[in-house]
Amino acid sequence: MSGKHTGSRKAGLSNDDIGPETRLELYRLQVEIRDCEKRANDLFFQNLIKGTSHLSLGQEAIAAGVAMAMQPGDKSFCTYRGHAHTLARGVPMEQVLGELMLRDVGLMRGKGGSMHLTSVEHGVMGSYAIIGAHLPIACGSAWRAQYLGQKDVSVCFFGDGTTNIGAFHEALNFAAIWKLPVVFICENNLYMEYTPIGDVTAVEHPAADRASAYGLERIVVDGNDADVVYRTAQAAFVKARDGGGPSLIECMTYRHSGHSRADPAKYRPEGELEKWLERDPVKIYRERLREFGISEAEITAIDAESKRKVEAATELCKASPPAPAELLTTDVYADGGWSWRN
Amino acid sequence: MAELTYRDAVARAIAQEMERDENVVFLGEDVAKAGGVFKSTVGLYEKFGPRRVRDTPISEQAILGAAMGAAMTGLRPIAEIMFADFVAVCFDYIANEFPKLRYMTNGQLGCPLVVRTGNGGGARFGAQHSQSIENWTMMIPGLKVVAPSSPVDVIGLMAAAVRDDNPVIFHEHKSLYAVKGEVPDGEIIDTLGTAKILRPGKDATILALALMVPRALAAAETLAAEHGIDCEVIDVRSLVPLDTATILASVAKTGRLFTVEENPRLCGWGAEIASIVADEAFWDLDGPIVRITTPHIPLPAADHLEDLALPNAPRIVEKISRVMNGSKR
Ligand SMILES: Cc1ncc(C[n+]2csc(CCOP(=O)(O)OP(=O)(O)O)c2C)c(N)n1
Ligand SMILES: [Mg+2]
Repeated sequence: MSGKHTGSRKAGLSNDDIGPETRLELYRLQVEIRDCEKRANDLFFQNLIKGTSHLSLGQEAIAAGVAMAMQPGDKSFCTYRGHAHTLARGVPMEQVLGELMLRDVGLMRGKGGSMHLTSVEHGVMGSYAIIGAHLPIACGSAWRAQYLGQKDVSVCFFGDGTTNIGAFHEALNFAAIWKLPVVFICENNLYMEYTPIGDVTAVEHPAADRASAYGLERIVVDGNDADVVYRTAQAAFVKARDGGGPSLIECMTYRHSGHSRADPAKYRPEGELEKWLERDPVKIYRERLREFGISEAEITAIDAESKRKVEAATELCKASPPAPAELLTTDVYADGGWSWRN
Repeated sequence: MAELTYRDAVARAIAQEMERDENVVFLGEDVAKAGGVFKSTVGLYEKFGPRRVRDTPISEQAILGAAMGAAMTGLRPIAEIMFADFVAVCFDYIANEFPKLRYMTNGQLGCPLVVRTGNGGGARFGAQHSQSIENWTMMIPGLKVVAPSSPVDVIGLMAAAVRDDNPVIFHEHKSLYAVKGEVPDGEIIDTLGTAKILRPGKDATILALALMVPRALAAAETLAAEHGIDCEVIDVRSLVPLDTATILASVAKTGRLFTVEENPRLCGWGAEIASIVADEAFWDLDGPIVRITTPHIPLPAADHLEDLALPNAPRIVEKISRVMNGSKR
């Protein structure tokens, strides 16, 4: 990441008071996302996951940190790169992996696929694969909360590349003028699909440097430090819940793998990945736990439990049948069917 | 019973639904304080206030996206896209977001909203403010599509659209806003997916939609009086769901089918109906199915040119009388 925002702690915020329980939970979330994503990658190469899939390897701290700051009832709006954010809200692994494998156990029984993970009961209000489309949708959810006097906050995750599409700008202005309880989380992993974001963007920080155009605070944080993400998100949620309107948070991060399964990421300059691997969020956080005196036994217990969960979920998914053929024509319309004529 | 314009029927329909259900909200550009550029939503802001009737920035994606987010979490939004042509700048929501949500999420989420558009030509607005885009919306699985031709239908179909649990595209016709019609007092509620036989007849069936309905009716009177051809005129009203039962029954009776469509020719709504009738009622037909449409051109602004482009009563009479008399073209 560029030198200007190495300060991993937002001014005035000390993260030292985050308690051990929260820390262990932040660690658990990151490790489970990491292990599940790695398993997704393996399953892909065994041809057990078809189509495409977009991993968040290297970006786990953002999904974990934001989810940790959320309350039950808060709503997540995710992208095609949304396995992490879905898992972070507590969706069981087998339902995520099952959907990636297009099996009947999957969240949508295979009807949506990896890019559209949705679990309304966990507050995951869909994963959207048209760049930028879900920013206005998250605004609408926030508008509903405001209108009905409900206290939930809507959170919208997206990438750096998404800041250059019109819907991003329409949504930010809209959220700002209506003072909507929505938090926009930009995960700046430095690349759109294959093109470096800096090559196609007029400002250095594609989200934060646009914030002032919508009357919003400029916020750039270390997206590989779960504590920082957690605390920054917490502040944004408090503001949203108190009627203070939207926030836009740019989290600096890096994806360890290619854009999607098909991408070997040859376009990355030599040494870049290695540099970021040193700042691996899971590694950073494991060290953080030690720094705060959490025992090795507690850490390894989480690691072991995560591995166990992944194995169990994988076996369950492999044993699950594909979705029944009847599903082909269900739920096109609200009556449950697909009829367009009498 | 009162006489109401199509324009005032829009406001009355929205008011009826907003009074009935606190979750119905309305948003769009210039719709609140100004009452809409077509003045079709005058009085709603005064009646329901800024919380429920909201002016938006010129942000069609934000308008439809916000409507969707609100709809999938509990509200019943009505969103206005001022000129139907502008749905092209927010077509993602119409093509990819609203109609796929329920299917992709295996029924976890739905999108009960209404998008109103000012559709159609005849106002000399030129190629980007005059199009009939009902066929753009008809082709997308997961949407419902209606286009009323009279004030009473505006109210009844709007009420049905707002109460429907699916995304409904509600095409109002710009050139019908000033048209008056009798409207009963009290609540009006109609049914989506129902066509209406406006003029019974025995010799030929004419299907029409929106502005083409009054033109088809006028043509039918001339055809009866001057050519001795007794046409049954059906207002299709709802493209999705499509009332094929009414259409097929009429064709079974008359043996002839004509469509009068304002959309440009290729893939116009009548093409789909012609194909259904050819598939399912071929042996009922006594002659070719003939489509009378706007030619496959952008619309010109000049009044005399636009009048040449859109189907009108003389053109309908000419075509139907010739075809019915055995002429090939
Ligand atoms: C409207 C639209 N344009 C292009 C694409 C193809 N596409 C999919 S992901 C992607 C890159 C997005 O980059 P970014 O927002 O940085 O997110 P990241 O994938 O890095 O998480 C592109 C161009 C798309 N899905 N939608
Ligand atoms: Mg990116």
